[in-house]
Amino acid sequence: MTEDRKALIEVRDLTACYGDDIVLKDVQMEVYPNEILAIIGGSGCGKTTLLRHLVGIQQPAAGSITIDGNDITNHDDGTFDTALKKIGILFQGGALFGSMTIAENVALPIREYTDLEPDAISDLVQMKLCSVDLGGYGEHLPSELSGGMVKRAALARALALNPEILFLDEPTAGLDPVISAEIEELILRINHSMGTTMVIITHSLNIIFKVAHRVIMLDKSAKGIVAQGDPNQLKRQNPNPVVRQFFHRQAGLDKRRSWQP
Amino acid sequence: MPIATADISDAYHILTSADGAMGIQLMGRIDHRRAAQLIKTLKREIASHPPAKVTVDLNRITYFDDFGVLVLAEIRKFLKERQIPFSLIQPPPRPGEVLALFNFDDPATCALPERPPKGNPIIRLGEGLLHQLYHLRYLVSFLGSAAICLLHVMLHPKKLRWNDTVNLIQKTGVDAVPIVGLISFLLGLIMAFVSSLQLEQFGAGIYVASLVALAMVSELGPIMTAIVVAGRSGSAFAAEIGTMRISDEIDALFTMGISPTLFLVVPRIVAAVVVVPMLTLFADLFAIFGGLVISVSVLDLTISTYISQTIKALDLFEFSWGLMKSLVFAALIAWIGCLRGFQVRGGASEVGNAATSAVVSGIFLIILFDSIFAVIRSYW
Repeated sequence: MTEDRKALIEVRDLTACYGDDIVLKDVQMEVYPNEILAIIGGSGCGKTTLLRHLVGIQQPAAGSITIDGNDITNHDDGTFDTALKKIGILFQGGALFGSMTIAENVALPIREYTDLEPDAISDLVQMKLCSVDLGGYGEHLPSELSGGMVKRAALARALALNPEILFLDEPTAGLDPVISAEIEELILRINHSMGTTMVIITHSLNIIFKVAHRVIMLDKSAKGIVAQGDPNQLKRQNPNPVVRQFFHRQAGLDKRRSWQP
Repeated sequence: MPIATADISDAYHILTSADGAMGIQLMGRIDHRRAAQLIKTLKREIASHPPAKVTVDLNRITYFDDFGVLVLAEIRKFLKERQIPFSLIQPPPRPGEVLALFNFDDPATCALPERPPKGNPIIRLGEGLLHQLYHLRYLVSFLGSAAICLLHVMLHPKKLRWNDTVNLIQKTGVDAVPIVGLISFLLGLIMAFVSSLQLEQFGAGIYVASLVALAMVSELGPIMTAIVVAGRSGSAFAAEIGTMRISDEIDALFTMGISPTLFLVVPRIVAAVVVVPMLTLFADLFAIFGGLVISVSVLDLTISTYISQTIKALDLFEFSWGLMKSLVFAALIAWIGCLRGFQVRGGASEVGNAATSAVVSGIFLIILFDSIFAVIRSYW
């Protein structure tokens, strides 16, 4: 069904490397409007590298990436700026500015890109913080908050201008189950009410089954995508042992053979 | 980044009925590009023809997010100030969801919490004083633990991290030789030049050599070297330890049962105490050389007269006094650098503050102790 629609992000023949070390090779992928796509895979398989390429922090060794028709790999500042205005990113560590309060962090992009009155901005920031349950923490510095709160504040900042596409790097890593569930709920509500397209990088099977419409799985040895599709279908019937291990939480095959409890 | 003024003529439509009620129909995309303009225009419309009541209709909206909620909230607030009733026609499901997500119907749940009262000036003065006392206590305890660890290392030299110490000796000392040499050479040049202008009038040009040698060896050499080291290494110590502090590395050391003072502070103090006197010696030599260059070229002294006059002016006491001072300065610079690093709490900007503070307090301590030495010497 989704394949008929026009893709919002298109990745063609993407090759990514650090020096001589090739991490991803000839990756093809699409992200469709309004969907929640999860990018999964074991540690070191290039998930974060893929994300850094998708948002233009790193330039690919070969291949092209287009966001809503804007090629971000052609070294043209104009198209790159247009593409940047469409995206928001939640970094893994939050990446809140330590010298600013939470409210100032969220207000920064709003102040930069709209001409709202200061009062209206502070009302809006308060609304945004409240929607992530941080209503009373606007005046705190990021260093005074717990990990989960920092993540939620960073989510509020990523959503400051309600971008069309939101990239989330490990949104629930290191959080307790209750807060993880709240963040998953929030992701679903934002996607449903505002139609935000989301690309989520994650290890968490919870997010994959509860939130994601579609899953792309990367693998280290394949240097690219080994499986994609509906998460439930992948879990039930994918023949690839790497995919089965991931979805069924099994240890690596070699390790299992050598030691059995 | 320039902010483009959005065209909002197609974003709203106003219907005014005979009984003074105003109907505002919002249309199309209401997002961050149009919200600011829309708020201003609607407020202007309402202010120019104050209506009896206002009804907002969202049924022709294609995209609605929290900037749209903000538009509604701002209009509601504006109307409330003028005591005009506000109502919203039952919104379609999606905008309705957004309104619920941002608690539009119940703004009280989202109101800013009451700020705790700041207290009267006396309470605040007391709090400030207690804060300073706490700092003083930390300073004393840090001084104590540094002293104990230094003593411990003197008794058990194997406990010193020799590799780190040698590295730090290189960074603090060897790498600083060019800059210290250049600065003191120029300083000697300047001193000789300025004093030669005066002394030559009395035919006392030969005393340029004594002046440069004495001033440099007993005062300027130790001070200049210490200031350069405070700027180069004191700030580096503070920044490095501060960064370790905010990334929990110091806590990691502590939980491994390794004393952070022994691990981080002692090698730095030892390295500084070893190299700063040597740097001072270099500084003295370079300054004397600078004086020599001026004396030979401007005053027509011979090299050997200059050197013999220099040797006549100096004695062992002057040298050891200068070196002893630089030894104390070295310990102070390293100690205050590490202290500022350990005091870092919070984020990246605090590390910058610590580095600045390490240099400022380092230079202050150098000058303070130099004046103490001057007083001691004059009453000797």
